[in-house]
Amino acid sequence: MSDEIRLIEVKEGILADNDAMAKKIRDDLRKEKTFLLNLMASPGAGKTSLVIQTIRRLKEKLRIGVMEADIDSMVDAEKVAKEGVDAIQIRTGGFCHMDATMVKSGLNAMDTKRLDLIILENVGNLVCPAEFETGAIKNAMILSVPEGDDKPLKYPLMFSVCHALVINKTDFLALSDFDVEKCRQRVLKINPDIQIFEISCKTGEGVEQWVQWLKEEVESL
Amino acid sequence: MHELPVINSILKVVMKHAVMNNVNKVVAVHLQVGELSDLEDKWMQQYFDYLTKGGIAEGARLVIERMPVVMKCEECGASYEADLKKNKKVSCPECGSEKNTLISGREYFVKNLEAI
Repeated sequence: MSDEIRLIEVKEGILADNDAMAKKIRDDLRKEKTFLLNLMASPGAGKTSLVIQTIRRLKEKLRIGVMEADIDSMVDAEKVAKEGVDAIQIRTGGFCHMDATMVKSGLNAMDTKRLDLIILENVGNLVCPAEFETGAIKNAMILSVPEGDDKPLKYPLMFSVCHALVINKTDFLALSDFDVEKCRQRVLKINPDIQIFEISCKTGEGVEQWVQWLKEEVESL
Repeated sequence: MHELPVINSILKVVMKHAVMNNVNKVVAVHLQVGELSDLEDKWMQQYFDYLTKGGIAEGARLVIERMPVVMKCEECGASYEADLKKNKKVSCPECGSEKNTLISGREYFVKNLEAI
């Protein structure tokens, strides 16, 4: 065999397999009329708090399941299960995000046909979860006030893939130089169609609008 | 940790094509990576070196071409490049509309291999 260097044409993207699996999940869930929400945020932004607030307001109206993804713990699933809904914990074992295959194995462990809404609480991270489609019908993210209004500039991909943005911890606004209007402008520049909710999981302010949006999305599936 | 699964997926594509083409040694991998990726060239190479130890792609060089963010205007249909990291409005150079969808800028695309 010659030692000459050959150029081999590949022309293949790496996200193709994941995108195909995500599409399959989405198609299957649509058939079952089960809505999957992929909730993303930084660690500490209030993902679990928002999940709990959402469950409390919707559990009489919708059958809800929760898939908690964490690098290595069970604490979130235990907290959520106390709210009286089906909760499973996925330990990603060091992985910084959920991909479609992991979501599929999680869904296999749940009685999806019986559920109207499944909330996937993704790993706390604004980078990697944005790159991997999960098969969710809609993506939502939380940005909490203490994180700062410049995050849309730093993580544009995350803001571009979400259908809804929840600005949480508005009870901190008085103590912070977070400029809600500036933040809105920055987000809308990247994603003009995104729905923005200003809430405080602690005081309950604004949570109702978020819940209403989610309920309408679930019902229109 | 993000680098590892991404580079592993790239390596899977590389190995698939290397096997299909009866390659003895991969010398270089030409990649197109979207501007929205946060991965630095240096770290991508380091993780690639780590994952390829002892295999036919050991020592291969990653040649990374950054691909611009391209938007499609929802009003007039024109495509244009945008810099989302700059703090200014993204608008269509043709009609001025700010309604747009992202059509590229988040890809990891294996273009070709140099191999023996």
